[in-house]
Amino acid sequence: MLSKGLKRKREEEEEKEPLAVDAWWLDPGHAAVAQAPQAVASSSLFDLSVLKLHHSLQQSEPDLRHLVLVVNTLRRIQASMAPAAALPPVPSPPAAPSVADNLLASSDAALSASMASLLEDLSHIEGLSQAPQPLADEGPPGRSIGGAAPSLGALDLLGPATGCLLDDGLEGLFEDIDTSMYDNELWAPASEGLKPGPEDGPGKEEAPELDEAELDYLMDVLVGTQALERPPGPGR
Amino acid sequence: MDGYVQRVLTATPSRLAVPLPADIISTVEFNHTGELLATGDKGGRVVIFQREPESKNAPHSQGEYDVYSTFQSHEPEFDYLKSLEIEEKINKIKWLPQQNAAHSLLSTNDKTIKLWKITERDKRPEGYNLKDEEGKLKDLSTVTSLQVPVLKPMDLMVEVSPRRIFANGHTYHINSISVNSDCETYMSADDLRINLWHLAITDRSFNIVDIKPANMEDLTEVITASEFHPHHCNLFVYSSSKGSLRLCDMRAAALCDKHSKLFEEPEDPSNRSFFSEIISSVSDVKFSHSGRYMLTRDYLTVKVWDLNMEARPIETYQVHDYLRSKLCSLYENDCIFDKFECAWNGSDSVIMTGAYNNFFRMFDRNTKRDVTLEASRESSKPRAVLKPRRVCVGGKRRRDDISVDSLDFTKKILHTAWHPAENIIAIAATNNLYIFQDKVNSDMH
Repeated sequence: MLSKGLKRKREEEEEKEPLAVDAWWLDPGHAAVAQAPQAVASSSLFDLSVLKLHHSLQQSEPDLRHLVLVVNTLRRIQASMAPAAALPPVPSPPAAPSVADNLLASSDAALSASMASLLEDLSHIEGLSQAPQPLADEGPPGRSIGGAAPSLGALDLLGPATGCLLDDGLEGLFEDIDTSMYDNELWAPASEGLKPGPEDGPGKEEAPELDEAELDYLMDVLVGTQALERPPGPGR
Repeated sequence: MDGYVQRVLTATPSRLAVPLPADIISTVEFNHTGELLATGDKGGRVVIFQREPESKNAPHSQGEYDVYSTFQSHEPEFDYLKSLEIEEKINKIKWLPQQNAAHSLLSTNDKTIKLWKITERDKRPEGYNLKDEEGKLKDLSTVTSLQVPVLKPMDLMVEVSPRRIFANGHTYHINSISVNSDCETYMSADDLRINLWHLAITDRSFNIVDIKPANMEDLTEVITASEFHPHHCNLFVYSSSKGSLRLCDMRAAALCDKHSKLFEEPEDPSNRSFFSEIISSVSDVKFSHSGRYMLTRDYLTVKVWDLNMEARPIETYQVHDYLRSKLCSLYENDCIFDKFECAWNGSDSVIMTGAYNNFFRMFDRNTKRDVTLEASRESSKPRAVLKPRRVCVGGKRRRDDISVDSLDFTKKILHTAWHPAENIIAIAATNNLYIFQDKVNSDMH
């Protein structure tokens, strides 16, 4: 579907994407800055929280309280956004996100990977560096050291956009995810190439409140190829 | 509570429009008599102020606070194992009850607690046999007779020395320390654990609370503050990011993971939002002087809890309810995560806490009156009476009202302290320390 050359270009372009992502939700036109209706969160509130999580994880030593509060808030938002889309947790280890065609997916999975490994590191290092052991600490010595499987909880958290990360590219991304929600007449099978539609998108069925502009953006990002060929849409 | 007189102290006066980060005050604490007031700052320094005794010659200087001592408590450190810099910012200072002529305090940054001893020297020995006045060794051939050194008065010198360093007790960031009423032990709390130390022993501590889950991915709650009961040396309380308080009894078990009492208010369904948990996170907990009540601060309110009633607080005071409709913006700019402290007055009748725009609020529990005051140089001259402020939320606006939209959210009063006996309060506003005194009533009624 995607030629190697195009894929490489896509990766380069992606490095510039985070800057654009940082900016687009701050656009005064977006609901993020205004008071979003609290009954159902807008996806911009979700994205804001994901960005906060990302930023928190980027700190050399994240503030645990801030992290925990943001994660819990993100869970609430996610629960309200997709109550019907009960996807099974994707039981795959988040490999190094070498191919990240879906920007949102890659950042989410990278987040979950880094959050899991960071929290794991914290517990791993604690076991090593605590020189005078607290006397009444009855915990099994190996308890906190290493071994914790990469986070399922965090993967759960990040909703339908996360997929397992494989090296194959876009095709592999959707291989073992239930893609029925993405099935509509505009989503052609991978072998035929993907064409984005102006108003439909993967978010259609679980978050009907998404703006057209936001859907366009999501579409562009998910499809990948078309984003390379088309000029930036109105959502940016 | 009426008519507070203002005096502004800045330990390191800066003519810069924006204060240097290192000068930002991060904690304020009176000692048990109120004679001394300690502040810690982001640069790891501690400044101690002493109240001048009231003198008949200068009736206007009603026992004002002046700098007594300044010292560098913590330095920036580097954790080589984690490749992380450890901030030198002083998170908390707690005074030990005075047991002899010296004063002692505990100061802590994110990882290390230090015990400092503060002594005064106002005499020095003179007339050594082997040394001369400058301290150089004398030529023994010039010494013809023996003399007894005598103590002669000298200018007062305040000496500070670190007596204990309690290191390596915490993996996570220390948020509170509290000295036990037994005066022999103290506790330190980080995000996930609380340790009990003996003041004389630095190479070990007892872990008394551990809420770290076996799988860190299951982490949903952290410890935000903790304090020992003022009279019962076996009781302590700790608060959480989910808004609950746990009272623990150290006699019940070595590891106090099971609380004796759990204080939690059920969520108000009419006020539910995505930010409910964040705004319920308790940022400070303080026992009343009587030991009967606890005071907690969350993002929008201060609450008084009766130790005998776990189901809900007995009193709730709105600090700045006009922010409830702005939570989304405050989440966006991270202000919703600000941690405000709270304080009781000496008789437990008035409670105080800070807010934004350099405002702070006081609530009288008996009369149910409340007042908003401002800590700023511009708003009043020294020794002037403070004028109550008002935030208007639309509707009729009086002349000196501030509208919600013009509040300065970068000017936050996070740290406040109340003199243990008198109506004197200390307010930290960025790098400035404000001392307010009740001109009408110096003493408690």
